[in-house]
Amino acid sequence: MGLTQVRQDALNARLAHLGAVSGAFPAAREMALARVVAQGLPSRRDEYWRYTDPASLIAAEPARAPVFDNRAETLAFQAQDRLKLVFTDGVFDPAASDPLKMAGIEITRLEGAQSGHWAAGYYGTLETAGQTPVARPLAALNTAFARDGVLIRVTGKADKPVSLIYRHFSETSDASLHNVILLEPGSTFTLLENGPAAARFSKVTEVIVGDGAQFHHVCVQGRDPERRAVTHIFARLGNASVFKSFTLTANGKLTRNEAVIELHGANAKAHVAGAAVADGAFHHDDTVFITHLGRECESRQVFKKVLMNGATGVFQGKILVKQSAQKTDGYQIAQSLLMDENSQFLAKPELEIYADDVKCSHGSTSGALDETALFYLRSRGVPDRQAQALLVLAFLQQALDEIEDEAIRADVGQRMEAWMILHGH
Amino acid sequence: MLEIRDLQVKLEDENKEILTGVDLNIGAGQVHAIMGPNGSGKSTLSYVLAGRAGYAVTAGTATLDGADLLAMEPEDRAAAGLFLAFQYPVEIPGVGNMTFLRTALNAQRKARGAAEMTAGDFLKFVREKARTLKIDAEMLKRPVNVGFSGGEKKRNEILQMAILEPKMCILDETDSGLDVDAMKLVADGVNALRDGKRSFLVITHYQRLLDHIKPDVVHIMAAGRIIKSGGPELALEVEANGYADILEAQ
Repeated sequence: MGLTQVRQDALNARLAHLGAVSGAFPAAREMALARVVAQGLPSRRDEYWRYTDPASLIAAEPARAPVFDNRAETLAFQAQDRLKLVFTDGVFDPAASDPLKMAGIEITRLEGAQSGHWAAGYYGTLETAGQTPVARPLAALNTAFARDGVLIRVTGKADKPVSLIYRHFSETSDASLHNVILLEPGSTFTLLENGPAAARFSKVTEVIVGDGAQFHHVCVQGRDPERRAVTHIFARLGNASVFKSFTLTANGKLTRNEAVIELHGANAKAHVAGAAVADGAFHHDDTVFITHLGRECESRQVFKKVLMNGATGVFQGKILVKQSAQKTDGYQIAQSLLMDENSQFLAKPELEIYADDVKCSHGSTSGALDETALFYLRSRGVPDRQAQALLVLAFLQQALDEIEDEAIRADVGQRMEAWMILHGH
Repeated sequence: MLEIRDLQVKLEDENKEILTGVDLNIGAGQVHAIMGPNGSGKSTLSYVLAGRAGYAVTAGTATLDGADLLAMEPEDRAAAGLFLAFQYPVEIPGVGNMTFLRTALNAQRKARGAAEMTAGDFLKFVREKARTLKIDAEMLKRPVNVGFSGGEKKRNEILQMAILEPKMCILDETDSGLDVDAMKLVADGVNALRDGKRSFLVITHYQRLLDHIKPDVVHIMAAGRIIKSGGPELALEVEANGYADILEAQ
């Protein structure tokens, strides 16, 4: 089936602006481009984009985004011992970064990776698999055109987390990064990400979690108001492996975070969580697709959003349990706290189950701040704003609790608290 | 200490008069008790004094050491020294009891221009207060009132009172839902705070609590106002004969 003229025009404009495909792993990139050409770019007419208008994500050029001055803020993970890699507007900054060397992992950049690199056999493969049953053309576009990223093979217990730090200095940057992380059986690795990345940012991370391996991911998307970002994390889990991903999102014109996870082996665990705070005409979309294939796997989705002053929160979460996935334990909760009548939360929880011996539950709620609790706090002398902030943080806590590492959890909690105060709530 | 003059209050949403002219004067160091049948306006009086939303004051005044309580935000009333022990203490999932107590204390200290207490000092301070109320450390770690038994919730209210050291304490049916031992524990906690300067307003249905917390003055409230005041013997009279005689005498 061909694309409509409108879609064809949008695709042509975008591709013309991007130019020819170049960079590492050309074969994978050409195949990705072919997927994009066949699918076209997303539009509001697509069911999968019903609640989020992708127009600004697919536009040939990004909208101008004034640089957000976050110098007064303490950045995330400062106290954490980590290997720091800095990307400024999507371009690697070697002077600001640590040497790419650490015990327990092999790490290289995507840019300059040769055809014989181990990642050649992985680059774009999970993204390709993730195109069914739902097309994700922006992920394929990223595979085709990503400028850089990191390729990490974890061979044992990684010494410390790898921390990707994103900086945004250009008002017109259109950055595209693609990471591949391969955890060999029994290995353990933590990936940290933080900072405003670009005027428009596209990121794909593919994670292959080997048997018995453990992957932890904590991402703090900055509260830059003009950010437009689309991120995808694709993961495939082996036997008895663990995948845990948490994202804190604040403000940003438009943020679409997709997680596409396949529980391939038996007894694996996948937890995806997000806490979001939007104060203003901002739009956050968390879209999660978890497929259970292996037996006795557990998946959890925990998303909490605080929305105020015209913010929109979206949650699309799906658990697909294939017939082979007996004794699946699936859990999904998406809740929003609406601080005023101008904000909205749109949730679409979905369960599709083909196995007969499974336990799956989902819930979604929207509510206002508990007035009784607020009065109780104020009656003890806690000022209104501080009392509201306490209750808001309490609401977000359940998502935050999904972060396993205590120090990292405390760090993210402090960022959240500081932002609440900076917001004046 | 607390002076209430002709206080008239109605519900904001409906045109329903709840308090029809309350007069009450509690001196420093005094303990007053208010008794009265259900629906007489006892709890409303406590909520209006603490500043809960949903009520409209149509006439009258309420001052604490001369300061106009009714013009203040709830947090400012607390900082001014007013404390309400809730009949139904509120559960707040996600907020740790310790965090709550420290935030409240430091907010009040800040409002009064005093230095905030450090986490270490606070811990010692709270542990000492908790011990006397037989509150175990585990309870301090849990979220505010979540999963607390009825007795634990009420003891937590008294613990807050002990930590915040208010000058005017209102206890709204603190005895409701308590067994005899728990009531004794709560009463002991309150009595420990009686120092000759701090004042108490004890709202209760039963004389039993007043065996433990001895009042100076007992008031009977009905239909939104105080209809009779007297000494402790008034509470005994109610216990023996109910409210009917007093109401009929009006």
